[in-house]
Amino acid sequence: MSTVAQVFKETARRMTHDLRHRSWIQNALGKYYVGRDEKKARFQNWQEARQAAAEIKWDAVNHLDKYLEQFVSKIEARGTKVFWASTGQQACDYIVGVAKKHRVRSIVKSKAMTGEEIHLAQALEKSGVEVVETDLGEYIVQLREEAPYHIVFPAMHLTRHEISDLFNKKLGSAPTDSPEELTMIARRTLRKKYCAADMGISGANFAIAETGMISLTTNEGNGRLSTSLPRIHVALIGIEKVLPTLDDLALFLPMLATAGAAQAVSCYNTFIAGPRQEREPDGPDEFHVVLLDNGRTRLLADAEQRDTLHCIRCGGCLNVCPIYKNIGGHSYATTYMGPIGSVLTPHMRGLTEWKHLSFASSLCGACTEACPVKIDLHHHLLQNRRNAIRCKSPWWEKLIFQGFVTLMNHPLLYRLGVKLGWFGQKFHGLVKGTKLDPVYAWTQSRELPPLARNSFKDYWRRKQS
Amino acid sequence: MKISLFIPCFIDACYPQVGISMVKVLERLGHQVEYPEDFTCCGQPAFNSGYWDEARAVAEKVLAMYRSAEIIVGVSGSCGAMMMTFYKELFHGTPLEAEAKAHAAKVWEFSDFLVTKLGVTDVGAKFPAKVTFHDGCHGLREVGLKKQPRALLAKVQGLELIEMDAAESCCGFGGTFSVKFPMISTAMGEVKCDSALKTKADYIVSCDSSCLMHIQGLADRQKKPLRTMHLAEVLAKQ
Repeated sequence: MSTVAQVFKETARRMTHDLRHRSWIQNALGKYYVGRDEKKARFQNWQEARQAAAEIKWDAVNHLDKYLEQFVSKIEARGTKVFWASTGQQACDYIVGVAKKHRVRSIVKSKAMTGEEIHLAQALEKSGVEVVETDLGEYIVQLREEAPYHIVFPAMHLTRHEISDLFNKKLGSAPTDSPEELTMIARRTLRKKYCAADMGISGANFAIAETGMISLTTNEGNGRLSTSLPRIHVALIGIEKVLPTLDDLALFLPMLATAGAAQAVSCYNTFIAGPRQEREPDGPDEFHVVLLDNGRTRLLADAEQRDTLHCIRCGGCLNVCPIYKNIGGHSYATTYMGPIGSVLTPHMRGLTEWKHLSFASSLCGACTEACPVKIDLHHHLLQNRRNAIRCKSPWWEKLIFQGFVTLMNHPLLYRLGVKLGWFGQKFHGLVKGTKLDPVYAWTQSRELPPLARNSFKDYWRRKQS
Repeated sequence: MKISLFIPCFIDACYPQVGISMVKVLERLGHQVEYPEDFTCCGQPAFNSGYWDEARAVAEKVLAMYRSAEIIVGVSGSCGAMMMTFYKELFHGTPLEAEAKAHAAKVWEFSDFLVTKLGVTDVGAKFPAKVTFHDGCHGLREVGLKKQPRALLAKVQGLELIEMDAAESCCGFGGTFSVKFPMISTAMGEVKCDSALKTKADYIVSCDSSCLMHIQGLADRQKKPLRTMHLAEVLAKQ
């Protein structure tokens, strides 16, 4: 087993024992379910909306070449500089280069999962530039020097007391219980950062091909401020974010808000189509769009799992995932956590090293049911498992399943096995729950059902005779 | 109507009373049943673990065994889902693809068969107890079992159904997942047990003995006063 998998198992084991964490997350998400269902009910028909969204995304993803070129030609026409990055490294190098060229000393960053994906903040900091996260949750986890806990709610694992302690330690603010006051502390600090920043970095929730603009959604207005105040704006966008028409947003904005944050629509939706134009009073002097591949075209080539590129990063699948709710976001040690992360990560970072995530699922399908763009998540986990075993299977496991085939394909052998098991289980008590127990993985925490004296097959034979 | 039964391996070996109950109910309704005795397993453990070649080797035999069957009724939502949904994926692009599809169209889960196919909700059962219902994931999301088992329970004399919070959330079993990641599986089971306990029901009922095996195994180890019973057993009570 690889190291990443061992660390995952160990962290997950620790988190499942943390009952405070368990009840905290269950409670927080309990409120989300109520709100989400209320907002879902505002759609004329949520299931049809999902179908329509899936079809629009299917069109976009299957004609990415056409829509991306359209997007680029439109947005370039208004003076935007577009850079195509095949890898995360290329994207980082380009953005660091822009920062160096303009002698940028500080950057305000709006929330962008693509930034997390390529470790952009670290690359910029290494080159001597200060990067400040402006989304409140992201700012909190940045101060804690940890990764986001959730795609949409990066600091949902923290209580207000923990945040108060953090601000007290890092910002010197007075301790407080009030969420409003905590927000004001962050706001006062961040306002100064906005005014001093030379560059703003954002992601994009959508890129509209028809009009050549990006759509940016936040609930704090930080996206708008980060992209309009500094003299340079860089948007780092996954190539799968493109949507054909502006009208598509009429569906996707409320859908993202509903599935992502249990809102009818997010508070701030900003459309950006270029740098400050002539006769415009404000906006950045330069606008750079970095289109990021970083493994996405590999996924595009995989007909079976191409729909994974439909993902709008709403986090809806995390919120319903019983695995996520029990092990928490940090256990995954990935940029994208929860079901979508377990599907995506093996594609982006290597199946051999990350396959354990596809196995760490009960395949319950709650994710697939929740996904607003109908990604067949739990079936993709099964396909990842198949692909992983095709690449390399542990010899002992292979042997077990070959034995399984022999047993199941020979009814007499199967019956004999059941009978032997019935005799053998009398001695199970001697080793049960110890490391010598062949079924220790089960019996360490659960009782095993006994094999019946008479099987169904025995019953049937008696019934027939 | 000629009904062919499929009895999953672990029901045959550990919970024969579940299969026997199904036979009793179907016979009580006047149907003749037959059982291909050579049936052992649908192949799901191998399939879920990534061993699709091995799963296919087992599933091929299953297809052959039921080739002449008119209607196949099984007493598990999960194994039913394997045949109805996953065989199609398993045999996709193979010479048996068409047969897997034809087979899938003949397979019914027991409660769905009674309610949807036969249009029966009252099977003449009597069971004076408070029960809560656990929606097994495969039954719920792959087969679409939700109203069917509840419609049947509603007609059981003396029975009171008390819904638990998050009846649709997974019990944590997940086949080989339960032994590959036992601590996550156990934590999920604990959440499920807590929901069920809050209802103060006498029994947790489900369409899947595999979920119930997990819930019961955990409750017994943690000495939680929970008892489980398959829907077929409830329906056989008189």
